[in-house]
Amino acid sequence: MKSLQELNAIRERMQNQSKDRKVADAQSIRIVVGMATCGIAAGARPVMNAFVEEVAKRNLQNVVVSQTGCIGMCKLEPIVEVFVPGQEKVTYCYMTPEKAVKVVVDHIVNNKPVTEYIVK
Amino acid sequence: MIRSHILVCGGTGCTSNKSAEIVAALKKELAAQGLDQEVQVIMTGCFGLCANGPIMVVYPEGACYNHVQLSDVKEIVTEHILKGRIVNRLLHVEDEKTEQRVMSLSETDFMKKQVRIALKNCGVIDPENIDEYIGRDGYQALAKVLTEMTPEEVIDVVLKSGLRGRGGAGFPTGMKWKFARASQNPVKYVCCNADEGDPGAFMDRSVLEGDPHSVIEAMAIAAYAIGSSQGYVYIRAEYPIAVKRLQIAIDQAKKYGLLGKNIFGTGFNFNLEIRLGAGAFVCGEETALMTSIEGKRGEPHPRPPFPAVKGLFEKPTILNNVETYANITKIILNGADWFASMGTEKSKGTKVFALGGKINNTGLVEIPMGTTLREVIYEIGGGIPNGKKFKAAQTGGPSGGCIPVEHLDVPIDYDNLIAIGSMMGSGGLIVMDEDNCMVDIAKFFLEFTVDESCGKCTPCRIGNKRLLEYLDKITSGKATMQDLDDMEKLCYYIKDNSLCGLGQTAPNPVLSTLRYFRDEYEAHIKEHRCPAGVCKALLHFEIDASKCKGCTLCARNCPVNAISGNVREAHKIDTAKCVKCGLCMANCRFDAISKK
Repeated sequence: MKSLQELNAIRERMQNQSKDRKVADAQSIRIVVGMATCGIAAGARPVMNAFVEEVAKRNLQNVVVSQTGCIGMCKLEPIVEVFVPGQEKVTYCYMTPEKAVKVVVDHIVNNKPVTEYIVK
Repeated sequence: MIRSHILVCGGTGCTSNKSAEIVAALKKELAAQGLDQEVQVIMTGCFGLCANGPIMVVYPEGACYNHVQLSDVKEIVTEHILKGRIVNRLLHVEDEKTEQRVMSLSETDFMKKQVRIALKNCGVIDPENIDEYIGRDGYQALAKVLTEMTPEEVIDVVLKSGLRGRGGAGFPTGMKWKFARASQNPVKYVCCNADEGDPGAFMDRSVLEGDPHSVIEAMAIAAYAIGSSQGYVYIRAEYPIAVKRLQIAIDQAKKYGLLGKNIFGTGFNFNLEIRLGAGAFVCGEETALMTSIEGKRGEPHPRPPFPAVKGLFEKPTILNNVETYANITKIILNGADWFASMGTEKSKGTKVFALGGKINNTGLVEIPMGTTLREVIYEIGGGIPNGKKFKAAQTGGPSGGCIPVEHLDVPIDYDNLIAIGSMMGSGGLIVMDEDNCMVDIAKFFLEFTVDESCGKCTPCRIGNKRLLEYLDKITSGKATMQDLDDMEKLCYYIKDNSLCGLGQTAPNPVLSTLRYFRDEYEAHIKEHRCPAGVCKALLHFEIDASKCKGCTLCARNCPVNAISGNVREAHKIDTAKCVKCGLCMANCRFDAISKK
């Protein structure tokens, strides 16, 4: 027998799990990970997963994590671009899963780009 | 952690185009590339754009891939999922001429004018997973009704919303519930009509395939409103996927205690069962449907007494259509005013249509009432293929009628459609172009009703048969103008004297084509000519001697050796032998053969 509380608990869990099933709109913050051969070879996969996990953990509703191909600066991979609506794009290089967590906390949550990771 | 969702259509249309195999291949490929832990693959209900199936949508990008084949799976995984590069060649083509492609389904002209209420979850959730439905506010309406509202309040909200029966007749749903509530009887029944029988209609099937819980939840709400504890869904066995998913959904709801005894601890009990129909059209009529549920031969009986007073097993019963139920939960959660704000004065909300026939975007669409047929056909439907001219649209299936070009701008609602001689019906919308003969169309629908007549009453059983004979006579060029008058009289006789809706509406396709296309009937009778070139008995093929090069291609392709002539000389068709198959015309490279 399900109570109303149990029903709401399932609803909350499922909403988090399937929130990505909508197209990113103009209001969404987009985190784009370079996932071409060069990026993957340099370790983009764990970086991407770290972003996905951190965004989910913090239950950030308006953030979309997606991938893109080669940006052209293969030497700097893994490269991550962050698009905040109304602000200029920020490009991070030599990313690691640890750095990804910091980017989510500082840049996405507190709106302070992590300057030391930015392409110089 | 899931970072991407891949949604593959699991509706009947896409399934018959191997979407189940595509899902299996996709899962295998994702596992092989080590991506199966971060990508979720689910099979959803219909996305609507059936013409371009199998459809696959990949989130978070929302890329909508059309005509996905098994051989495309590997490319989608390595390019899109692994490297993040959209597979452009599979995106939806918006403009055939410019080859312009759009990324997501919501950007297409097909979706822009649609408002999805009944189809809210179709193509979004996995219909075989109750948790996904709950995640989209599923069973919240039932919880609200059981814990916060009285049955009278529920009926009041449904009444105020202005919701009318989506099965076709358009009777106010709230009134039905009110009458059943007022009937004093300890045992009452809630039934769902999923016996969708109109040729070309697949709205109810799609709702049950894509979002079965919305119907289950709404039936529980209806049961609470009228004071019932037992429900039946009457569905045709010809819908195996819908039946399977509905059964899974019922089992899951029972397991969660959302069906059964003491739901949400409120003391409300509701049990739901499926009854399979054998696919007889007459069983979509309410009295015949209930007789069939009782285990008897599906035949109608006269009303009154109406089902709200004496229905299934002689107890007060409500019977609503699938799409009607699919609107209920949204009305409860968003309020009557929200629903009533959409649509026209007397027809509120939206209506789902199954677009078919001579139209580019064959599929499932949901539009606000009051949208014009022109918008549906030319903007949502993408117009008529091959640059042909629109002739008429058929709504309401065998009970409905044709809407000619002069009424293209009439806002679609129950009353407007009746005023122009058609009806809303369950929502089949078949588009016809200049190559369709309207007499032949009327004959097609009449053949269907003659087949499906249960035979209980004479006007329907014999009258429609005679009506079909008149049409046969006309299409073979043997009829007189007197026959046309007699036929019209017979139509009204059948309408006035038949027992149930089937017979009362069966002559409608004839009457409405007579109303708008009498000239076509007269051309068949007076000139022995079929203007659209469809009726075979009135056709003959001719070879233009000045164009014929004597290549012999037509003669070699003729299955009955009706074409004679020497090489490099003009050929001739022996009309006595000709079976009018049209093969000669299709094969001629010099455009020398014409049909008249």
